[in-house]
Amino acid sequence: MIEIENLTKLYDGRAVVDDVTLTVPAGEIAAIVGTSGSGKTTLLRMINRLVEPSSGSIRIDGRDNRDVPAHELRRHIGYAIQGHGLFPHQDVARNIATVPRLLGWDKRMISERVDELLALFQLDPAEYRKRMPHELSGGQKQRVGVARALAAGPSVLLMDEPFGALDPIIRHKAQEDLLDIQRRLGTTIVLVTHDMDEAVRLGNRIAVMSEGRVRQYARPEEIIAAPADDFVLAMLGTGDRAFRLLSLRTVAEALEAGEAEGTPIVDTASLREAYAEMLWSRRAALPVSRAGALVGRVTRAACEKAATRQP
Amino acid sequence: MRIVLVLRLIVLALLVAFIIAPQGFAPLFAPLTRFDAPPIYTQTSILSLTLSHLGIVAVATLAATVIAVGFAILVTRPFGEEFLPLSRAVANIGQTFPPVAVLALAVPVLGFGTGPTLVALFLYGLLPIFENALTALTGLSPAVREAARGSGMTGWQRLVQVELPLAFPVILAGIRLSAVISLSTATIGSTVAARTLGEVIIAGLLSGNTAFVLQGGLVVGALAVLIHDGFVAFESLVTRRTGGAARDFETSVS
Repeated sequence: MIEIENLTKLYDGRAVVDDVTLTVPAGEIAAIVGTSGSGKTTLLRMINRLVEPSSGSIRIDGRDNRDVPAHELRRHIGYAIQGHGLFPHQDVARNIATVPRLLGWDKRMISERVDELLALFQLDPAEYRKRMPHELSGGQKQRVGVARALAAGPSVLLMDEPFGALDPIIRHKAQEDLLDIQRRLGTTIVLVTHDMDEAVRLGNRIAVMSEGRVRQYARPEEIIAAPADDFVLAMLGTGDRAFRLLSLRTVAEALEAGEAEGTPIVDTASLREAYAEMLWSRRAALPVSRAGALVGRVTRAACEKAATRQP
Repeated sequence: MRIVLVLRLIVLALLVAFIIAPQGFAPLFAPLTRFDAPPIYTQTSILSLTLSHLGIVAVATLAATVIAVGFAILVTRPFGEEFLPLSRAVANIGQTFPPVAVLALAVPVLGFGTGPTLVALFLYGLLPIFENALTALTGLSPAVREAARGSGMTGWQRLVQVELPLAFPVILAGIRLSAVISLSTATIGSTVAARTLGEVIIAGLLSGNTAFVLQGGLVVGALAVLIHDGFVAFESLVTRRTGGAARDFETSVS
């Protein structure tokens, strides 16, 4: 759990982060969204003390982050950045082993951990351990960067536009992988992005920042349904908020008994995908499958209800 | 590439042969002498002059490397930033001062011999190494710096594990420049009685013996070319090791 309280950072008397208070519950992903210069990256960097706050405090799992020297604090907080920042003179295994080495783990333990992480990120250890960073594709570098951040098993992971340099297809896959790994490890993640779609996809909660202040901090559904002010509304864009709402729900949530014609859709798909499929194939309902067996159907009416502004 | 390598090996073989047994080359140099003057310098053995020449250059370059890299590290640390302009100015002055002037000024203090030559070469060698080290240390990718800090390395660990290894190829290029310049500049050390290959050239100039001037010049030139090549080969090896990171830099002086 991360508790940020009345945090302010002044540069030359100007508040870059202005009296921010927010709490990220353990095991959740908080996405901080904002335009450039909104203070989102400064806020993130104050959590692992790459930037020292002017006033206010941050507690991680109940302990003030100023209790230990900054470099020791950082060894227990994962940190993944845009452009991955892999050390170009070290192979993949050595890059991933950075923090465990700093913590003085023994060699065998480090080596096992590296293999485990490579496997977790779908990189064959035998093939990739000895590769140099310049021998990897952009997506692979990004995965190694996140693997390095998670190497010492931190309970908190900070990510600064981690997918910013990836092309859309690889980015989509990287986001899915992150969600999957986060579910498995239960890591608390704070992620900075300028992309509202990414925030909606990944965040259990979204903090919208502008001019150093948090304009709204809430679950994605609430932000979409009831933006706190014009800035949040502008960040969201009004054109497709109905579809954004649909993308937050899965077919399983709108499942009803009954039958329907045509190819089924899996129950883990989003309602947005289901609705698009209904429009495309001119069907009023789709059969739903779970683990290969038909379990019911999802209807247009159910999708439309889910996409309507809640009173 | 093959031909270039063969040429280098030939140059090396000729150089070694001449240094060890210069008399064997007497017929080649004989046409350049007049009035039956000796074609080969024999006052001091070429071998001992070459070794002494190389020794002086090595000591001066090594000292310049230690000081220049040390200062480059200091002024790129948070506590040393204020001294960056000052140290740059000092190194620049070292470079603009002509080596002959340094010799002239150093002789009254250090006397004749190797001392003043070492001082001149040392001062002259500082700038290329300092400038390259500075370029390398300040030019590291911001993402790499950020990752090193973010993963919890101390200042010392960042320097030793990340910054210096990545800066090494560029620093090496500075040392190469400095060594090659020193190698040729060392010849004028013989005007203040340092034992360098300049002795052969000066003896030739004083006695009007072109053969001496030529053999002194050729030995120094061949040494410079071979040492330069050796450094370049080592640099490219190191650069490949560091994942081509140094290719991002353009060396400032070369």
